[in-house]
Amino acid sequence: MTTDVIAEDHNHHHGPEKGIMRWIKTTNHKDIGTLYLWFAFIMLLVGGAFAMVIRLELLQPGIQLVNPDFFNQMTTMHGLIMVFGAVMPAFVGLANWLIPIMIGAPDMALPRMNNWSFWILPFAGAILLSTFFMEGGAPAFGWTFYAPLSTTFAPDSTDFFIFAIHLLGFSSIMGAINIIATVINMRAPDMKFMDMPLFVWTWFITSFLLIGAMPILAGAVTMMLTDRNFGTAFFDASGGGDPVMFQHIFWFFGHPEVYIMALPAFGIISHILPTFSRKPLFGYSSMVYAVVAIAFLSYIVWAHHMFLTGMPVAGGLYFMYATMLIAVPTGVKVFNWVATMWKGTMTFETPMLWAISFVILFTIGGLTGVMMAMTPLDVQYHDTYFIVAHFHYVLVTGSVWAIMASVYYWLPKWTGNMYNEKLANIHFWLAVVSVNVLFFPMHFLGLAGMPRRIPDYSLQFADFNMISSIGGFAFGLTFILFLYIVIDCIKNNNKATSRVWEGAKGLEWTIASPAPYHSFESPPSKEEIIKESQHFHEK
Amino acid sequence: MKKIKKSFWVKLIAAPIVMFFFAFAMVPLYNVLCDITGFNGTTGITDGEQQYVVNEQNEIEVSFFSMIMPGLPIEVKPKFDSIKIKPGKFYDATYIAKNNTNKEVVGQAVPSVAPTVAASFFKKLECFCFNRQVFAPGDEIEMSVRFVVEPQIDEKIKDISLSYSFFKIE
Repeated sequence: MTTDVIAEDHNHHHGPEKGIMRWIKTTNHKDIGTLYLWFAFIMLLVGGAFAMVIRLELLQPGIQLVNPDFFNQMTTMHGLIMVFGAVMPAFVGLANWLIPIMIGAPDMALPRMNNWSFWILPFAGAILLSTFFMEGGAPAFGWTFYAPLSTTFAPDSTDFFIFAIHLLGFSSIMGAINIIATVINMRAPDMKFMDMPLFVWTWFITSFLLIGAMPILAGAVTMMLTDRNFGTAFFDASGGGDPVMFQHIFWFFGHPEVYIMALPAFGIISHILPTFSRKPLFGYSSMVYAVVAIAFLSYIVWAHHMFLTGMPVAGGLYFMYATMLIAVPTGVKVFNWVATMWKGTMTFETPMLWAISFVILFTIGGLTGVMMAMTPLDVQYHDTYFIVAHFHYVLVTGSVWAIMASVYYWLPKWTGNMYNEKLANIHFWLAVVSVNVLFFPMHFLGLAGMPRRIPDYSLQFADFNMISSIGGFAFGLTFILFLYIVIDCIKNNNKATSRVWEGAKGLEWTIASPAPYHSFESPPSKEEIIKESQHFHEK
Repeated sequence: MKKIKKSFWVKLIAAPIVMFFFAFAMVPLYNVLCDITGFNGTTGITDGEQQYVVNEQNEIEVSFFSMIMPGLPIEVKPKFDSIKIKPGKFYDATYIAKNNTNKEVVGQAVPSVAPTVAASFFKKLECFCFNRQVFAPGDEIEMSVRFVVEPQIDEKIKDISLSYSFFKIE
């Protein structure tokens, strides 16, 4: 894998161990970050393969390739793997790599727990994927696993799914505790909270969302487990329970989860846009407060996923207004990003391309979100391809876009080499075109009434589905190109400077490229911290 | 690097544990909320002691429905599809259930009232749904519910439906 990345690291009394044991026993935040990122990428390819099966089946109307039950297993596992296996671990990997070197800390606060929280993941992923080979097949009830589909009517393999979710939740909670402890206690002594870069801020707040929301998910799957095996009736109406309550509990986790996957992306974009605009971030403190506001609001809007469960009008109105309120702090962020670029000396290196397209495409996803927040309109959009288009715009061209941008932005710091700018440009343009060919027609399909999670469809949806599938295959292929570019960057020996980007600011750019195995053994000075902070104005 | 206080760790580890149990606390909270507001069509229960002033001006049509969940081999029908009632007065409604098999079947009826704003005014004095229902082989039985709609109900509501879902009990 990336063994040769740090092979050139000669500077040390105790460098990394050799061979595979280095990766198994490591407590180094950079090693663990690397492990997380590779794990996330492998899971992205697995979840992507499932998506390819889905798009292949939907290429034409009728049942061609897979039977409906397997199709449902594909949609379920695609969602679960992408959320819990790809996007979340990728952000945790970025946090591990970047937070210590952004706040001038030698490592994470709890390095051994850090090792543990990573090494739970491959086992959880393996348990989740092993359900495909069990009798009755993998879970096929959608990634939201609504009861009673996931309790009374689910295959036996569901118990393995429950255990996998427990493990994934455990890993996330430990990761979050580690990040909170690191940010509070390991900051360079002269770094105030309002000197922290936005990626650190957004992850700090995300960690609070994680320790608040993931245990709720653990509670929900535990109730499922006892309902399935120990005769309780939390979600069983015949025993006095209520299946609708499952949705309340699930979405009380599920909505903060949405922002767990979005806030770190906001942080990343707030680093890249100022660098390539050669201006400080516009409205640093308002960015921080906006993130806090979004995090708070994310806990009080959960039932907007449930407008069709027979909610009283007053409930529908409350959740509609509360949800639309989120557009205010999010709007603050989008306008601040635009203002950051305003009159900047902009250049368009690959990370900047991803970041600018993030701002545009994420805003499209956000606007369809406001549409669906309207209770009466949601009656039409609910469970159609419109919602599929919405959450793929915010998760793929939002979260994944930010991850891509961050990989290109910090890859020279990680590997010490520049990536191939020309190929990276080609990768970006292929991805941005194909992803829109893939997801944009889904808006029209949804408005015309095509339901989600169905392997077959009426003939009038055929053209848009074919366009969407072709975009999907092209988008899938771009990840092969991405893999090549990353491997090439690790090996190409095209040395990067320590600052890498002319306009880059932040403590991570003051250490050598590649980042030495041990960094910030003595904390940075106050002058350095202020000079590298995002709110420092040079003139 | 600052020295970390012990209380900091306690708080950090307690937070997820508290949230885990909060997920379970949501179950009784949800039930209390449903009882108070009638969300989800949860009906109320009256002990019959409370006297109501009958509102003669208001007439409401109450319709009866039944639904058999998969796996329960019985037929259930309301005796009358609907009746006209005055709020404040007690009425009886009857469902007829038939077990078509030659085995004893046990079921549980779960009531629900629509619209949800009416649910909290819909009170039952007696109901077959308070207990499990045992259906002997080939038996046809009558099951009754005695209910009242409280006179405080919004006069705009002219139709209420009462629906029972019958679940199989193992």
